[in-house]
Amino acid sequence: MKIVAVCGMGIGTSVLLKMNAEKVLASLGIDADVEAADIGVARGAAQTADIVLTSDELAPEIGDVPAEVIIIDNFFDLDEITEKLTPAVQ
Amino acid sequence: MTLNLAEELSSITTKATASDWREAIRLAGDGLVAGGVTTEAYTEEMITAVEEHGPYIVIAPGIALAHSRPAESVLKGGLSWVSLETPVEFGHASNDPVTLVIGLAALDHTAHIEVLKAVAGVLSNKEVRARLEAAETPDQVRDLLSGLATK
Repeated sequence: MKIVAVCGMGIGTSVLLKMNAEKVLASLGIDADVEAADIGVARGAAQTADIVLTSDELAPEIGDVPAEVIIIDNFFDLDEITEKLTPAVQ
Repeated sequence: MTLNLAEELSSITTKATASDWREAIRLAGDGLVAGGVTTEAYTEEMITAVEEHGPYIVIAPGIALAHSRPAESVLKGGLSWVSLETPVEFGHASNDPVTLVIGLAALDHTAHIEVLKAVAGVLSNKEVRARLEAAETPDQVRDLLSGLATK
């Protein structure tokens, strides 16, 4: 399974999102490859990903992709990430 | 936690006043410039990032992670810390208003990950965060962060 965490610049928010998504996946016992990407790269990467994690503001910029786009509001909230990611990975 | 965030912060400003989100980001940018991390151009690049992509940098309730991408305006990797006296609206649907702005500059996409982990570790603890935001002086912030690192 491939998951892409997307932010505008690829150094800040997407990296945080990747770290916390990995924590959640580990606790669920799911083996997935999580990649952090900026919005430019993400449009391409999202074509081959199963899931895209991003914020409400950036979701429309990703455009039409086959991946399931999941919007996270609080990047620090493992409960929120767990709640939204679990149905998508199982 | 092994990494001491107090040593990673190139500047700390407490109880700052900003009239809007641009001014709040400028304060974080000024901190990066004062710490020799970036040139002033980076401050404008952080503002442009929000103008182009929206207030997605407000990554959690009350917290903005101001940043742009690695560029010539970045001299080295670093972080600045600005706590605001009065909360500022960034226009984020669920995480407004902002009381803490972290300025982030990085030379590449990976070198600062340990630092970001430390930031996330500290700020995702509500009690710790409340104490940090209540700090009146930069020394108090440093002492709190150093205390966390030795635990």
